Amino acid sequence: MSQAAAMHGHGAVEPAESPVTPESWGKLGMWIFLAGDAVGFGTLLAGYGAMRATSGDWPRPFDVLGINLTAIMTFLLICSSVTMVKALEWLGKGDKGRAQNYLFYTALGGAIFVSLQAYEWSHLIHRGLHINGNPWGASLFGTSFFLVTGFHGLHVTGGVIYLLSILRMVARRPLPAASYNAVEIAGLYWHFVDLVWIMVFTFMYLL
Amino acid sequence: MATTEHKHPNYMAIFWYLAILTVVEIAVIYMPLAKFTIGALLCALALGKATLVAMYFMHLKFETRTLGLVAVTPLVIATLLVFVLLPDGFAVVKRTMDVKAATTEPAKH
Repeated sequence: MSQAAAMHGHGAVEPAESPVTPESWGKLGMWIFLAGDAVGFGTLLAGYGAMRATSGDWPRPFDVLGINLTAIMTFLLICSSVTMVKALEWLGKGDKGRAQNYLFYTALGGAIFVSLQAYEWSHLIHRGLHINGNPWGASLFGTSFFLVTGFHGLHVTGGVIYLLSILRMVARRPLPAASYNAVEIAGLYWHFVDLVWIMVFTFMYLL
Repeated sequence: MATTEHKHPNYMAIFWYLAILTVVEIAVIYMPLAKFTIGALLCALALGKATLVAMYFMHLKFETRTLGLVAVTPLVIATLLVFVLLPDGFAVVKRTMDVKAATTEPAKH
């Protein structure tokens, strides 16, 4: 029965046929993708924790990285999550124009985030933090820093492209309701990227 | 938190919770507390923020329980992974200390 429903394509699915996410199969698909992606991030952070716990000369991240700029970046990502839910809320109310504006703000927030990260990276590289060594201690400190924040930064970059393509789709479809589902699914991805940054900020900068 | 039929919680309230928790996180690291206490507080605050985002922004609170299980699985796997990695890591630490002890002892004679 469920296979038959999947063959119907992108239309609305009968509630009885998809008990996990009654609205659409795409939503379930995104959740499963995100669960897999979360294992990827979980693995990186767990590996980071284990390397740090067993290292004799791990620098205190706070002293090397600083948190002023990163705190602003964290705040920016939380704000972009709010504009994302606002976009969905306005789309649900049938106001396509406002929904498009908020989607644009969300993508803009992501783009500023990546720019600030590039700025931060260039400063840290200039001060001697490299992927294969640094003046403060364990060389794995730099390796794991660039790997984890870089992996997250790529997710934000991909998210900005994803949001812009969704924005184009909303603009092209005359009925706001026709793009509601796609915007909600894009929102799931975007909030996930925010959620991961909350973890990265805590474990790699504050702890 | 009122659960509306149209699944739209008070997003601005969630935003303020997240902003305040972020400020608390930054305040915690300046507090004169034991290193372990600070670590435990930071982990708890991060998990709290992540839960807020997942529950309200990602609407997990309004989804079926099965989807919640899908969402929690990675957390369980990542937590288990820490315990998989730590024994090996501590074995390396112990070996390093043994080597240090072995190399410093003859120097004393």
